[in-house]
Formats: sequence, structure tokens, C-alpha cells
Amino acid sequence: MLQSQLEKAKKAKEKKALYGEDIDLEEFIKEEAGEHETLTEGSEIPKKVQESLLKVGVDPEEKERAGTFIQMDQSGIYSTSMDESVEIMGMNVALDKYKWLKDYMWKAVPVDADKYTAQTALRESEIGESSGYFIRSLPGSKEVFPLQACMFIGDEKIMQTAHNIIIAEENSELHIITGCATGEDVSSALHVGVSEFYLKKGAKITFTMVHNWAEQVDVRPRTGIMVGDNATFMNNYILTSPVKSIQSYPTAYCTGKNSRIGFQSILGGQKESILDIGGRVLLEGEGSSAEIISRAVSKDQSQLYARGHLAGRTQNVKGHLECHGLVLSDDSMIYAVPELEGSATELEMSHEAAVGKISEEEVLYLTSRGLTEDEAASMIVKGFLSMDIKGLPPELAKETKKMLDMSLEGI
Amino acid sequence: MVVKLLLEINDLAVEVSGRQVLEHIDLYIDQGETHVLLGPNGSGKSTLFMAILGFPKYKVTNGEIIFKGEDITDLTTTERVRKGIGVSFQNPPSVRGVKLMDLLKVESGQDPKDEKLSPQIKELANKLKFDQRFLDRDVNLGFSGGEVKRSEILQLLAQKPDFIMFDEPDSGVDIENVELLADQINVLLDKEKKLGMRKKSGLIITHLGYILNFVNADTANVLLDGRIACSGNPAEIMEDIREEGFKGCVECCKVN
Repeated sequence: MLQSQLEKAKKAKEKKALYGEDIDLEEFIKEEAGEHETLTEGSEIPKKVQESLLKVGVDPEEKERAGTFIQMDQSGIYSTSMDESVEIMGMNVALDKYKWLKDYMWKAVPVDADKYTAQTALRESEIGESSGYFIRSLPGSKEVFPLQACMFIGDEKIMQTAHNIIIAEENSELHIITGCATGEDVSSALHVGVSEFYLKKGAKITFTMVHNWAEQVDVRPRTGIMVGDNATFMNNYILTSPVKSIQSYPTAYCTGKNSRIGFQSILGGQKESILDIGGRVLLEGEGSSAEIISRAVSKDQSQLYARGHLAGRTQNVKGHLECHGLVLSDDSMIYAVPELEGSATELEMSHEAAVGKISEEEVLYLTSRGLTEDEAASMIVKGFLSMDIKGLPPELAKETKKMLDMSLEGI
Repeated sequence: MVVKLLLEINDLAVEVSGRQVLEHIDLYIDQGETHVLLGPNGSGKSTLFMAILGFPKYKVTNGEIIFKGEDITDLTTTERVRKGIGVSFQNPPSVRGVKLMDLLKVESGQDPKDEKLSPQIKELANKLKFDQRFLDRDVNLGFSGGEVKRSEILQLLAQKPDFIMFDEPDSGVDIENVELLADQINVLLDKEKKLGMRKKSGLIITHLGYILNFVNADTANVLLDGRIACSGNPAEIMEDIREEGFKGCVECCKVN
């Protein structure tokens, strides 16, 4: 890491994040990388872990997958690549292999964004080794099968940090499924995942993420996306299981001409979960466009924040923001914050936000078909959340639908 | 052959939001019989429909509803439907996110996790001119008037109820599709079977009666000001209404 970055990280050690409850990092254990053994076969992954992986769409048998990376706590334990057109490996391996890779670090996410990015950087320098994964699709390649990556927390009270770099070279297409989960015995932990995406000219990435954490886990992903000319980035996020808190606010820089961004979030708040999920897109390239869509359902005592910020900074850009929420319990809350900012003429930006309850008329209609009120409500809620996930090739769309259906089982 | 009484309504009074809408309603529908309910707008036809269905807003303040020999007055809509009552709504709500196909699976008792719709239901859908793309659409969302009605009938075909109420089944349907709909209503009501062999019964609400050109009814009831003012042969009653209007028709009834 560059000395100047390290200095910045040190200064930001105590810097609170803009959103989300502040977390005392001292409460968590910093386990070293290499605590868990490296595996050579997917089948060596412990059975219980395999089950957890399946629930978040990561297939240990690697059927119809182009490659896999699994990080357990702080250690990259498994990585394979089935195809020569895409690379997937631990960051430590990648940094050895590619000298140029360090130039991509902390360019899409500022190292001093907050204490979580700072902590990730400081640990990288302390241990002298980076956790997280590196993914790269070679120029012109189009891999239809997705790569899969998993961040798994196996030990109690662990602070897991990961620094991921994803590069789609010119005119390549890349599909990634990531799942995050915790072991059965884990009740409390902290996950910080820094992800930096770089899409070169004409590249396309779809990134589908399913989270299934334990009830006392705090999650602070930090994501930045650089989008080049005619490149497209589609982000799908699914979380329906209880968690202590998640605060995530990926920022996309659409500096390329005709670059496109789609953020879709499906959020089911349960128990005492605090979900603060947003997205920001800076439309700086001529003709660039963005869509941020979220569907949120709050149950029990959950609190959901659905944020979105679209900034049109040049002419001929387009943006649309949509947050729809269903409040299912009086003790829960949905807070929709759609923000639009236009600082050029000739731009088109709109938003649509609605928070409400399940329509009684719809429930009655379904009871007149023989469903009970509960069955009807559940069918309506599932229908509300199961929005079509755009941008995926047909095989992956089917697979993603399955993942989504599985996530909605618990709602 | 002993004719079985399927639906029996005795001295029913119904209140909606504190307002008395129906009073002293008596209605008896035998197994295999189709009744039609006529009446001007606001006479209480839809209220009777909803009260038989058991929607919570429609409070029964007097009388009873007996279905298959059992008092269902206090049962929920779900319970009534599970006993064999089916309905086709005039203006059903759209249910965003719920695909028609998924609802059909539930209605026909298919496992909702099955990827495909059973061949039988698929065939019924084809008869009603619905293709897979249509079945993948959200229930009633952006459907045309005719599509709504065909979808209601298709759902009933999947459900196979013993007693079916149709609220204005032909309103908003273009002429060529009325016959298509009527064919399937006839199937639902066992009309292709011989008189004594019919098991299914129906109650058709209509204020223009156009559908009766295609579906034969056994008895017509005229609802006026919250009461059944007249019952009798559908053709004769329709004739009277055409000539004399609803009020005149009721006068006729009194004379007879």
C-alpha cells in the first residue's frame, strides 16, 4: 500500500460513517489470515458450511459455475477457476501475480471514507497480506456461467474484513454471485467488505448478492464502481433474514459515455434488524443512465431505510429511482429517502416512492379463491418482493429466481 | 330422483357500513339449477353476492344462509369457498407481483413449487385463448375488460366449485368473446349434461340479461329496493322488464 494511503487510513481510524449506527471495533476479535486451512476440493468444505453456502446461492459442487472463491473468517480457503477467460483468486495471490493491481486499490472507494475502510486498509498493512478476492474477465470474453464468491464467518465475535477488486476488461461480460453467511454457532460478528469494481469500455457486470447472516451480526459493505464508456453494471441485492444491522451505500461513478447502472434491492426486515440500504449514482458521462429500485417489507420490530441518490451532472443523462415499501407491523418502520440532483440542462430524472400496507381488497380477493387471510397476505408480500431481476442471461435468471424464492421462504 | 336443495337463504337481512341494504331475502337454489338475479343499479344485487360470499363488510343482521345443509352464516369467506362456493367478480382488483399462473396452481390444488402448470389447466387456458405469456402476467394487472372476465372463468374452471356466482359476467366483453365465455360458463354449470344429471348450480347477476341468450337459466329473481320482488320464468320476466321496466315487471308479478 502507498504510504500516503496508509497515512490517510490512520487519520480516519475513528471516523464515523455517514449512515448507520456506530460500531465499536474493539469489541471484535481480529483473527489472522491463514487460521483456516486451504482446501483443494469443494467437497472438502465441511458439510454444515456447505449447507449454509447453498442457502445464499453458492454451490459447493460448482455446477454451472465458472469459478469459486471462499473466504472463511479472514482466510481465503478455496479458489478455483474453470475457464481461462476469467480469473478468480484471493487478493494475496493476485497481488503477487500482478504488480499493477495495487494501482486499483482504493481508487473506487476512498481509503478514508470511514473507520471501516480505514480498518480494512490498516489490517492489510499490519498483516502484510490482503484478504478478499480478485476477479477479472479478459478482454472480449463472455462467460455465461457465473463466478461465485462467498464470505463466511465461522467463529464468534470475529471481525471479518475483505478487500475485493473486480475488473471487467474491454468488451467482456461477467456474472458474479456472492453469498455471505455465518456458521451455526456464530451469533455475533462484524463483516466489513470493501469492493471496488472497474468496468472498462463496453464491459458488462451483473453482481447478485444474497446475505444470510446470524441475528447479532453487523455488516458494513463499502462499494465503489467505476463505469467506462458503453459499460453496464447491474447490482442485485437480496436480504430477507434477520440480522443486527446492515448499512450499505454503494457509489457508482458513471464517467463513461452511455454507461448504465441498475441497482435493485429486495429487503425483508425481520425481528430487530436495522437495514440501511442505499445507492448513489453520479451521472457524469454523456448519455449515461441509472435506475435504482427497491422493494422493502418490514415485520416485527425491524427498521428499514431505503436510500437513493441520483446526481445528473452533465447533459442528456437519465435516472429513475423507485422505492416501494410495505409496513407489516406497527412496531416496524420503513423510511424511504429518494434524492434527485440535477446540475445540467437537458436531463431527465424522476422518482417514485410509496410506503403503505397490504391492500385489504387484494387479500379478500384471494380469500375468495380459497386462500386463508394469512396465505393471501404471504402470497401478496412474496409477489411484491419477487421483482424481475434484470440483465441476467436466461440460465442465470432461472438460478437467481430460485435463490430469490428460497430467500422468500422465510418471510 | 330426489332434487337436493343446495343453497337456502332464509329471511336474510344485510347491513353495509351501518346501512340496511337487504331485507327479508328468501332464495332457494337446487342442485343442478341456475338462477339469475336481475334488478336495477343499486338494488342490492352485489350486496347479496358479497353476503353469500361472506366478505366482512357485509354484515348479516338477520336470517341464515344454508349451503349443502350446513349453516354457513358465520363462516369466513375462505371456509365457504373451501366448501364449494366459487365466484366471478365484476371488477376484481389487480394483484401486483402475483402471477396468474401461480394463483391457478393454488386454485387447482397443484404444488405451488411446480415449475409448470399442469397440462389440464394449460388446456383450459388455451380454450380461453390465454397463452403462456399471458399466464405469466400479474393477476388482472393491465388486463382488458374481456381478459379480466376470461381470467375469472379460467380460475373457476381450475377450482371446480359446486355453486358459482357470476357478477355481470358479460360486462365489458366484446361480442365475439361473449360466446366463448358463455361456452365455458355452460361447462362450469353442467349445462351440457341432461337436466337430471346436472350437479353444479349457479347464480348469475346481470342487469341487461344479454348473457342469457347463451346460458339458460331456470329461474329469474328480480331484486328491487333490497327485496326479492318477483321470481319466475326467466324468458317471461325478461320480456316484462323489456316492456315495462323493473317496476312494471314487479307489478306484473303481483297480479299473477
